Amino acid sequence: MGWFILRRAGAAIIVLFLGSALVFFGIRALPGDPATVLAGQEASQEAIEAIRHDYGLDRPLPVQYVDYLGRTLQGDLGRSTQDKLPVADIIIERLPITIELSLLAIAVAIAIGVLTGIVAAVRRGRFADYMATGFGLVGLSVPHFWLGLLAILLFSVTLRWLPASGYVPFTQDPVGNLERMLLPALVLGTGFAAVLMRQTRSAMLGALSADYVRTARSKGLAERRVVGLHALRNSLTTVVTVLGLQVGVLISGAVVTEQIFVIPGFGKLTVDAVATRNYPVIQAVVLVTVVAYVLVNLCVDILYAVLNPRVRLSGVAGD
Amino acid sequence: MSLLEMTDVSVGFATEDGLVRAVKGMSLSLAHAEILALCGESGCGKTVTAMSIPRLLPAETTRLSGSITLDGRDLTALSEAEMRDVRGKDVSVVFQEPMTSLNPSFTVGFQIGEVLRRHEDLSRAAARARAVDLLKLVGIPDPASRIKEYPHQLSGGMRQRVMIAIAVACSPRVLIADEPTTALDVTIQAGVLNIFRDLRDRLGTAIILITHDLGVVADIADRAIVMYAGRAVEAAPVEELYARPRHPYTVGLLNALPTAATAAGRRRLAEIPGMVPPPFTDPDACAFAPRCPRAEADCTAARPPLESHGASHLAACLHPVAAVRTGATP
Amino acid sequence: MTEQVLSPASPPSPVPGAPPVMRRRRTWRRFRRRPMAMAGLVLVTGFLLLALVGPFVTADPTSQDYAATLSPPSPGHPLGTDDLGRDVLARIATGARTSLQAGLVSTLLAMVVGIPIGLVAGFYRRWLDPIVMRLVDVVLAFPFLIFAVGLAAILGPSLRNVIIALSVAQLPGVIRITRGEVLAIREMDYIPAAVADGATDPYILFRYILPGAAGALIVQATVAIPTAIIGEATLSFLGLGVQPPTPSWGVMLTSAQQFLSQAPWLAIWPGVMIALSALGFNLLGDGLRDVLDPKEGPR
Repeated sequence: MGWFILRRAGAAIIVLFLGSALVFFGIRALPGDPATVLAGQEASQEAIEAIRHDYGLDRPLPVQYVDYLGRTLQGDLGRSTQDKLPVADIIIERLPITIELSLLAIAVAIAIGVLTGIVAAVRRGRFADYMATGFGLVGLSVPHFWLGLLAILLFSVTLRWLPASGYVPFTQDPVGNLERMLLPALVLGTGFAAVLMRQTRSAMLGALSADYVRTARSKGLAERRVVGLHALRNSLTTVVTVLGLQVGVLISGAVVTEQIFVIPGFGKLTVDAVATRNYPVIQAVVLVTVVAYVLVNLCVDILYAVLNPRVRLSGVAGD
Repeated sequence: MSLLEMTDVSVGFATEDGLVRAVKGMSLSLAHAEILALCGESGCGKTVTAMSIPRLLPAETTRLSGSITLDGRDLTALSEAEMRDVRGKDVSVVFQEPMTSLNPSFTVGFQIGEVLRRHEDLSRAAARARAVDLLKLVGIPDPASRIKEYPHQLSGGMRQRVMIAIAVACSPRVLIADEPTTALDVTIQAGVLNIFRDLRDRLGTAIILITHDLGVVADIADRAIVMYAGRAVEAAPVEELYARPRHPYTVGLLNALPTAATAAGRRRLAEIPGMVPPPFTDPDACAFAPRCPRAEADCTAARPPLESHGASHLAACLHPVAAVRTGATP
Repeated sequence: MTEQVLSPASPPSPVPGAPPVMRRRRTWRRFRRRPMAMAGLVLVTGFLLLALVGPFVTADPTSQDYAATLSPPSPGHPLGTDDLGRDVLARIATGARTSLQAGLVSTLLAMVVGIPIGLVAGFYRRWLDPIVMRLVDVVLAFPFLIFAVGLAAILGPSLRNVIIALSVAQLPGVIRITRGEVLAIREMDYIPAAVADGATDPYILFRYILPGAAGALIVQATVAIPTAIIGEATLSFLGLGVQPPTPSWGVMLTSAQQFLSQAPWLAIWPGVMIALSALGFNLLGDGLRDVLDPKEGPR
């Protein structure tokens, strides 16, 4: 297991390295002088010069890149062109909000997606299966942001059950926080649930037709144990892997959801930064996303190894 | 009275293309501590016949008729919950594929202990101790550390022994072994057969051995039933069957045997020309007639009944082989 | 790996003969028996018709009528008008064009770039494959929307940049599937036979391997299109994509958001159209998967 994790960690570091290079050189590929861009549109000549000096833009590109990596590793992500605050501070302020939203959405997605996926596989070809499969297809086809608009239209505008938008920190008002997070989490989680449902169903169908499930039945075990322990345990590896690969979808979804429900999280920060051409923030936001994706997938790899005795004991990947 | 009695059992499977009739009017009886072999080519219905006893066939598509009694209790009349108490306790199964029949996610000890805890209300620790004993029984060295291992850490032969340990854990009355040695190499085969013999002798377990390998049958079984196209065509004690086979199909199987010994693992029945009839048709005729060297006009006029051909020797053939079989008996 | 893969086992004939035609006919027969797949085909056809013909029969999508802003559905404007008094039906029809472009062009682009990369990576497994797969990992680490954000920031928001972002997002999938198919087909008996016959690598790749991978790739393309349609709508909704006054379903929903209580119909129709066209392609994709790619479909 140690060997497997080590190899995955090595791969993760390579991806991080290449990803950061892409972010760095992407911004440098901008037409014109990066200092002008980084300083913002209405910056004075002195400000541009300061930026040029600050970022060492007069030095060769590879040197700049190493320098940039060094700063980043020390937590220095530059300053926002809007309010001149350190970008790192802004992100640390916004990120927890998005993490809360994502965790709630994942909980919704697992509750809905994995459960309906299991039911669909067990009741294959029956009414419940058609309902679940239909839900999966519709869930894949309806865009998050429209679902969000409909939810606001129904629950906030028409029924007036829940506030349409806004955010209250959990520490300040836990009930108010959850009240405002409920709809966004449901909206974000439903789309994700559709993906999970389809993957769970197909993994469970595979497991249910496996020889070891027949063995479990021959022991006289109750169907609940056969499905819930023997088949599900082996499907979980697939589900976990899908969860990791779909983190990108979740991040993209969070950006949109925060925009609709006006939640001041990381996603809102991203869209606002583009609207105001706040390049230091954009650069940092993209980098943080890449880091988040790589870290989550490293966690998924570890979880995969824990779930799969083959990998856990010998360090050989399952397939 | 026999332990297990199967009377006029037919099994069909509903498919998109219609009902596939896998077993047609099978009857058999099994005595306490008897080893009965079900033989025939793949697709002859031997596995379906056996799996209908613990009802391990897909419930939605299976159509079963006839009666199956164990100690006089009709298994076909049991509810699913009652049947679950029978499975793994009174009737247990050793499956064909040792490589895939164990769950890759759980330890060997857990998978053996599971069936014990299900039927014998044992504590976790007691189940573990029994699992160690069972592994010792099936001849796995160092069982105390083996129970902590996962299937992928064991060889095919070891996995098959673990499967057997699971099957015999609750001292079943009837053990169904589906091609238990096919996937194993010859030296391990002998060991597995010894375990079966030992079980029968010590626990009085009756065994239904499903195989296409008549060598295995000669080695271990007391009695054999030869099946063809979903029906029994010949049934006799093993020595009798080898010495005086009456059905031409049995003769064909026996003649195919010497090559089987040299080329283990290859299809053994290449020497019988022709194909098994499709499972949708069931003409009132001898199903083997199209492939039979002795077939005459009356063979296709009506289905020959199973008739007595000597003491406890049944065969369904209008023109049975009369001569004493020449050549080496394995 | 069934008939489509096995067919090149016989020596290749320069002209494709009768068997592929019969195969196509059989595939169609199996496809036709699936009501969900047929429903998908109907939805997709409807979407294509709307995009290709719709704009010619509806009103001018850009003409503004300040006398009739935010008017509910009426005979003159079957789906009502928006905040600038523009006909919603006409904008829906023109928006279908934007969606179609985004969906088809980005998928086509991803296929054109990704298939050769996947073919080569799978074929030269030893030295090229690890590099390509690591690069795929890097691309995967940029969530689609974040990549689009970066692109919009660098190049400015436009339909062209949306299409670039969408095709880059599709690349990893195309490369992986092509590579997987190549790895499977390489193991078939007829590949060593062709090598022994002196066939060159490019010949083997395009004559033998690519046709074998076609089924899986068609399925992949069909399920990528709805993702791209939704992606375009999402980016345009966020202001990172198609810019007003060009009609796009996403842009229409952006403005609808401000009038949710006064004119809810503005938020309904564009969303329904996105969902229906995406659903159509998804249904079609599931159906095609069942008939073309048996190892992936339900058992």
